[in-house]
Amino acid sequence: MKIAVCVKQIPDPATPYQLDPTTHWVIRPPDQVMDDTDRYGVEVALQLKEASEGEVVLVSMGPAGNMQGIRQALAMGADKAVIIDDAELKGSGALSTAKVLAAAIKREGADLVIAGTESSDGYTGVVPQQISELLDVPALTFARKFEKTETGIRIERQTQSGYDVVECGLPALISVTAGVVEPRYPTFKGIMQAKQKPVDQLTVSDLGLDGDSVGGSGSGQDITEVSPVPSRQAGQVIEDDGEGHLRIVELLEQAKVV
Amino acid sequence: MTVKPGPIDALDFLEIGSQLSDEERLLRDTVRQFVEDKILPDVGDWYDQGYFPKELAKEMGAMGLLGMHLEGYGCAGTSATAYGLASIELEAGDTGARSFVSVQGSLAMYPIWEFGSEEQKQQWLPAMAAGEKIGCFGLTEPDSGSDAASMRTSAKRDGSDWILNGSKMWITNGGIADVAVVWARTDEGIRGFIVPTDTPGFSTNDIHKKVSLRASVTSELVFDNVRLPADAVLPNVVGMKGPLSCLNEARFGILFGAVGAARACYESALSYSKERRQFDQPIASFQLTQDKLVEMMISVNRSALIAMHLGRMKDAGTIRPAHISFGKKENVRAALAVARSARSVLGANGITLEYPVIRHMTNLESVYTYEGTNEVHTLILGQAITGINAFS
Ligand SMILES: Cc1cc2nc3c(=O)[nH]c(=O)nc-3n(C[C@H](O)[C@H](O)[C@H](O)COP(=O)(O)OP(=O)(O)OC[C@H]3O[C@@H](n4cnc5c(N)ncnc54)[C@H](O)[C@@H]3O)c2cc1C
Ligand SMILES: Cc1cc2nc3c(=O)[nH]c(=O)nc-3n(C[C@H](O)[C@H](O)[C@H](O)COP(=O)(O)OP(=O)(O)OC[C@H]3O[C@@H](n4cnc5c(N)ncnc54)[C@H](O)[C@@H]3O)c2cc1C
Repeated sequence: MKIAVCVKQIPDPATPYQLDPTTHWVIRPPDQVMDDTDRYGVEVALQLKEASEGEVVLVSMGPAGNMQGIRQALAMGADKAVIIDDAELKGSGALSTAKVLAAAIKREGADLVIAGTESSDGYTGVVPQQISELLDVPALTFARKFEKTETGIRIERQTQSGYDVVECGLPALISVTAGVVEPRYPTFKGIMQAKQKPVDQLTVSDLGLDGDSVGGSGSGQDITEVSPVPSRQAGQVIEDDGEGHLRIVELLEQAKVV
Repeated sequence: MTVKPGPIDALDFLEIGSQLSDEERLLRDTVRQFVEDKILPDVGDWYDQGYFPKELAKEMGAMGLLGMHLEGYGCAGTSATAYGLASIELEAGDTGARSFVSVQGSLAMYPIWEFGSEEQKQQWLPAMAAGEKIGCFGLTEPDSGSDAASMRTSAKRDGSDWILNGSKMWITNGGIADVAVVWARTDEGIRGFIVPTDTPGFSTNDIHKKVSLRASVTSELVFDNVRLPADAVLPNVVGMKGPLSCLNEARFGILFGAVGAARACYESALSYSKERRQFDQPIASFQLTQDKLVEMMISVNRSALIAMHLGRMKDAGTIRPAHISFGKKENVRAALAVARSARSVLGANGITLEYPVIRHMTNLESVYTYEGTNEVHTLILGQAITGINAFS
């Protein structure tokens, strides 16, 4: 079974993001890390591979930088990586991203695609479904448990009230929730071998895509404005003069919670 | 291409991180993540209860932390610098975790790897690298500390067997070990023995009432006519060179580890001082506090530079024991000064285990003493620059 895992490199969340003041795009430093949510996807892929043989291919779009995030996933045990880095992709929104990832996955001929539920920096949460639509394969989303069946894959799909059991044949796509598995740490041997693993760097034209259909123009969206989250207002301090509890009850009533 | 310099990073002022290779950075980040996930959440409680979670050994082994700088036999085979970087991250968590890894890799696995027979290596190293077998290192005795050569523990031949008698004191991992590397006096000189801890006559007593290194097991080892087969002895070394070469390996990890402890104290003080308000302002706005923070920051960066420099020397094969003494002496005393200063910045909170500082501060008192006391390293350095031995 060939498994493609979508892995996004993002700026290290520990350091503050910088936005380009005119385009509002995130300024990508050369040092990026693997999005934490994608560690789960990689772990799921590795467990499926260990259970039934196969190959795990990472697929990533975005500025490659020094590929720290990709190496991290290779060091965990993925077999190879495909990274699409092209100036034409500047300004890509979710749909452009999905088009590019879908084309790369098709080129690899994967039986199963794994993605995170939503990324930590963009968090539109739509890329996996868009990929499944573009590839015309079923999408099993919000997987909190997963299992390979004779002919396909079965998941527990997280819902508001509990979970649904969903299964389908291959090829298919699953999006996984954080906490589905405990991602392994890269091993030191893996870290040292990661440099030797194949990494294909592709351009938009390598994928046979037309530049206009991706990047900013292919996204069908513009970021028109960015504003900071309003800072929270200072709380109200109630000095307890013995009647404090009455004020609290009053406030709770005003808030219509009691 | 001109790069527009970004803002100063208070947590990596001299941008020493930029000196690391991609692999070194990934390895550092991996250990840092492990420490954040598996050590920091509970270490205050472990310390409080005087407990070391030995189940961490297997997780450390799976990652490749144990004997990481050794080649073959299931070991990761990283550079010495990488071993140092891992030591920094572990000790930024707790000295107990770093001590565990130092003892396992540098004091228990290293002598088997360096001086052992092929059979001994095959028998012990893969299981120790995986964390399935825990090792300890017995050199110090109740009456033999800095003057380790004065040891009394002895091994006498009985036919082809050896009979071991005596005791060892202050032995890290002693009570949880599956195997002890024990140095003993023989007719031929000092020799190393691989002693499985279930051998009859072998027993341990854990040392309680410690106020330092509480999240680490420290024990006495007692040998009462312990009968060992001929192949228990490490064949390829006789004399103090055996234990001393192990100590060199471990001290190398310590001179890095101290940087981690100091860094953790500095970071804790920095963030606390920006939050804590007195006289209507953050205490970081007082000049006296800024002076402390700046001195800590300079000290941590200086120690890190020393460590990185010595790491590169070790990888280049040019390092000598006196260089390691320089790093051990200087970085540990510097870390202790940082810890004490950070402790004062935290005020009363600084004496609780809710914050890491006093834990590091008391831990560092052990680090100051073990693996060659501060004074012993002064004498080594003094001898190196004057040519005169001032030990006795
Ligand atoms: C205004 C704007 C400008 C942008 N500019 C650029 C640019 O200049 N260059 C560029 O390369 N990208 C650019 N992007 C793409 C952007 O970084 C995201 O990849 C894309 O918008 C997907 O959105 P998301 O992160 O919200 O995905 P979500 O749907 O929240 O992500 C869900 C999962 O999909 C997968 N996934 C998402 N994105 C990627 C990816 N890029 N690679 C691999 N897997 C992925 C991951 O598994 C992720 O967990 C831009 C996006 C926007 C909105
Ligand atoms: C937590 C902990 C863990 C340890 N783990 C291990 C372990 O795993 N294995 C092991 O073998 N040992 C271990 N040790 C023992 C440690 O290595 C010794 O404590 C250390 O070597 C010092 O010996 P000592 O305590 O007997 O002090 P002493 O040698 O008695 O020294 C007491 C003081 O006298 C000074 N002094 C001694 N000689 C001289 C001199 N010639 N000139 C000037 N000053 C001198 C010392 O510097 C020190 O200040 C551990 C110790 C601790 C605290």
